Amino acid sequence: MNDISHAPSFGDDDSTIANSPTPRQAAYARARTHIGLLIGGGVLLTMVVMALFAPLLAPHDPYVQDLANRLVDPFWGQKTNPANPFGTDGFGRDYLSRIIYGARVSLFIGAVAMLISGFIGTTMGVLAGYFGGKIDHLVTFLITVRLSMPVVLVALAVVAMSGGSLGVVTVVLGLLLWDRFAVVMRSATQQVRRLEFVTAAEAVGMAWPKILWSEILPNLANHLIVIGTLEMAHAIVLEAALSFLGLGVQPPTPSWGLMVSEAKSYMFFDPWLITIPGVMLFLLLLAINLLGDGVRDVTSPGEIW
Amino acid sequence: MGYFLKRLGLALLVALVVSVISFGALRISGDIATAIAGEGASSEDIEFTRKQHGLDRPLPIQYLDWLSHALQGDLGTSLYFRVPVAELIGDRLPISLALGCLALIFAVSLAVPLGVVAALKPNSIVDRLALWLAVVGQAMPTFWFALLMIVVFGAWLRWLPISGNESWKNFIMPAIALGYYATPAIMRLTRAGMIEVLGLDYIRTARAMGLRSGTVLFKHALRNAVIPVVSLTAVQFGFMLGGSIVIESIFSLHGAGHLAWISISRSDLPVVQGVVLVLALIYILLTLLADLLNAWLDPRLRIE
Amino acid sequence: MADRDTTPPRSDGAPSPAPLLVVRNLRVTLPTLGGDLHAVRGVDLSVRAGETFGIVGESGCGKSLTSLALMNLLPRHARRGADRIEFAGQDLQALGERQMGDLRGNSMSMVFQQPMSCLNPAYTIGNQLVSVFRRHRKVGRSEATERAVYLLDKVGITGGRRRLGQYPHQLSGGLRQRVMIAMALMCEPDLIIADEPTTALDVTIQAQILHLLAELQQEFGMSIILITHDLGIVARIANRVAVMYAGEFVEVGSVDQLYSDPRHPYTRGLFDCIPQPGKTPPGARLGFIPGIVPSLFGKTAGCAFATRCAKAGDACRDAPPWHGDADGHEVRCHFAGAGPNPTAAPPSQGT
Repeated sequence: MNDISHAPSFGDDDSTIANSPTPRQAAYARARTHIGLLIGGGVLLTMVVMALFAPLLAPHDPYVQDLANRLVDPFWGQKTNPANPFGTDGFGRDYLSRIIYGARVSLFIGAVAMLISGFIGTTMGVLAGYFGGKIDHLVTFLITVRLSMPVVLVALAVVAMSGGSLGVVTVVLGLLLWDRFAVVMRSATQQVRRLEFVTAAEAVGMAWPKILWSEILPNLANHLIVIGTLEMAHAIVLEAALSFLGLGVQPPTPSWGLMVSEAKSYMFFDPWLITIPGVMLFLLLLAINLLGDGVRDVTSPGEIW
Repeated sequence: MGYFLKRLGLALLVALVVSVISFGALRISGDIATAIAGEGASSEDIEFTRKQHGLDRPLPIQYLDWLSHALQGDLGTSLYFRVPVAELIGDRLPISLALGCLALIFAVSLAVPLGVVAALKPNSIVDRLALWLAVVGQAMPTFWFALLMIVVFGAWLRWLPISGNESWKNFIMPAIALGYYATPAIMRLTRAGMIEVLGLDYIRTARAMGLRSGTVLFKHALRNAVIPVVSLTAVQFGFMLGGSIVIESIFSLHGAGHLAWISISRSDLPVVQGVVLVLALIYILLTLLADLLNAWLDPRLRIE
Repeated sequence: MADRDTTPPRSDGAPSPAPLLVVRNLRVTLPTLGGDLHAVRGVDLSVRAGETFGIVGESGCGKSLTSLALMNLLPRHARRGADRIEFAGQDLQALGERQMGDLRGNSMSMVFQQPMSCLNPAYTIGNQLVSVFRRHRKVGRSEATERAVYLLDKVGITGGRRRLGQYPHQLSGGLRQRVMIAMALMCEPDLIIADEPTTALDVTIQAQILHLLAELQQEFGMSIILITHDLGIVARIANRVAVMYAGEFVEVGSVDQLYSDPRHPYTRGLFDCIPQPGKTPPGARLGFIPGIVPSLFGKTAGCAFATRCAKAGDACRDAPPWHGDADGHEVRCHFAGAGPNPTAAPPSQGT
């Protein structure tokens, strides 16, 4: 053989191997300096605290109307009231309290719809990726079908027909938003499936449900978190849009999308009425997206975006 | 050619399944007879309506009945407008398609150049700005963005009309509101694709042969980088048509989305079913076109 | 396996003395998170018109970066420095990217290692060949097409016109490498840099491609810089050879000098690693070079090979000088000149 390529090359330096941190340590080190991740995580945590402790934090009952006290300006306006820092809406309800309770609606719908769609999509994707063949064809077909359906329209129609309630909206969104989970989990499973430890597990005769659960799924966790954040944001923005159109969560529930909708008629005179819930939605979505991007950056460095 | 036929057959099957699911989902979630009979109708009235419209038959029979009519272009009659659904949709669809096309043009002409520029200098100021725009853009709910535009450009600055569809000016804000939401995804994919392609061996070959940087960038790199973007854009156009329901209702554009919205509020089920079917068909057609376009862009995809 | 019977004709005619390419103290630095990596550390090189100059070294020694540095095609973050890079009397360092582009593919051209990925999958090979020619020559499409057919014929691809309409994925690896060579030859360059042109190919195809390169050189008279890790390939086609180690040349000479009388301990180690017909007894263990290549981060001093060299002494803490013969065989080792003489070395500076 006229080949010297088996001579040692640069990468074999023992000292660099000994000194390099484990992937987990490296990810943790990157996470501590990842600004987007820290901001996203911080804002999201604040929102979660707000939602969990809404009854303690809200200064007023979000449902109590006070028609004598309508359209009070927020603290930076002219016609203010110290008892209503964010002012009041067209029914005289305290805006700050409604904003705080609104976090519950968004986060509940986002989280539960994400869990439902994540369960459906992950199951389909992992099965398709692991077994391939006919199952894969079927799942791919179902994904195509799902992508071909106009989600907003179908969600609106179904929610409207069955009477909008928090539960219905959540379940409908959960049943509609599984496509990205399925697509990503399918290709990720196809990759993991080829690795030696899966072959080893098969060789020792491990049953396939156990292989999927204990060998494959743990290796998909990063992807799951990233897609989970994306779909949570997706569900939140869809709920807001449905409620905004008046066909989602029904009044007087304090949903941010519904609040924007209710404030529409005042928007030229009191633009803060649409600005405050809009900004809250924006902040929540931004936080979730930053968190998702951050997790991806931290767990798979190299892909910068 | 065989590949194309296979692809076409699959598309038809998808359309069929979509129609089954949307028909089923809508029928299960509400009682159409109650809706037709109107508010305050007695239970006898409702039962009479049910029989009259053939709604007492088993659901599969109703579906086949609807399908056989739909295949002949008859999507039923609107319960509210009392005119054929196909006619209604035919009237309204051009507005939605125009809106969708404008939104797509806006999104692509913003996203692709930004993605390319960002890819040319990763981690530069332009790149970071583009990333920042993408993150912020993705967090902005469409309807809220639309309302902000109405307040700023319609009410304060009075540059643009805020509702109706009389002139092309009416389409500017809706198209931006609908299109910006697709921008981050297209930009990210363009950037990722360009970065990947620019690092490939054949780009180095092109440079080693002295080809001009413009030729290398546009002829050799962009064409290959844009292939996944084409598929994504088709998907995004589908989203836009679906999302036009929000935008059309905000800007009172009387397109198919607006029609769907008022029909949902009025439980005008035949119209809703018709719009869902037509939008799904358009989406399927678009993905088919995207596949053909990609086969033209990448000869490796031509032999399957 | 390299079979010496298939040795292609080597251009043994005396190369003209005027150097086509002169390089002095070429350096390539790669900034990394761990500091600057000095991948090429002061390479001197001169290639005469019509000769084949081989650069041999193991992977990671900096030979590919050297070739890319000559073409100014280094990765974006890499930095190039040199006292002199002169090609056909032109100072390449003074040229802008645009003027460099006028030279590339025209008077200096390159053949790469990966034929599978070096051609653009989206365009026919005709399109790619024609666009190279029309970039550098003011000719019409039909004339450029004629040229492409002519060169495809020269590189042994028959049915040229039909081939022009084919896409790279429709060709085998060997054919693609022939297309790549045809592309490099489109404008009759004075210099072709071939970076591991046969590494990715089957052994039988390797021999054909080498043969082809040698034949084309006879016909067109260009110089070739052949970069490889394969001593057998160099022996078959090169006139002169440089052995590269850790970013430096350690020995330069004609093929005969190097093969009959390797003087640098590293060169000798390389020869011990390969079986040689007639010399290596059957069943004998092949040699190997102990140790690992030193880190090229930060400043380095002394002989880079010292850590792996059996002969290494105190003198090796200083950069070794070049020792040259009258007949051009040069070696960079403290012990290669007048024989081992460690005491003559100046006091060590510490590393």
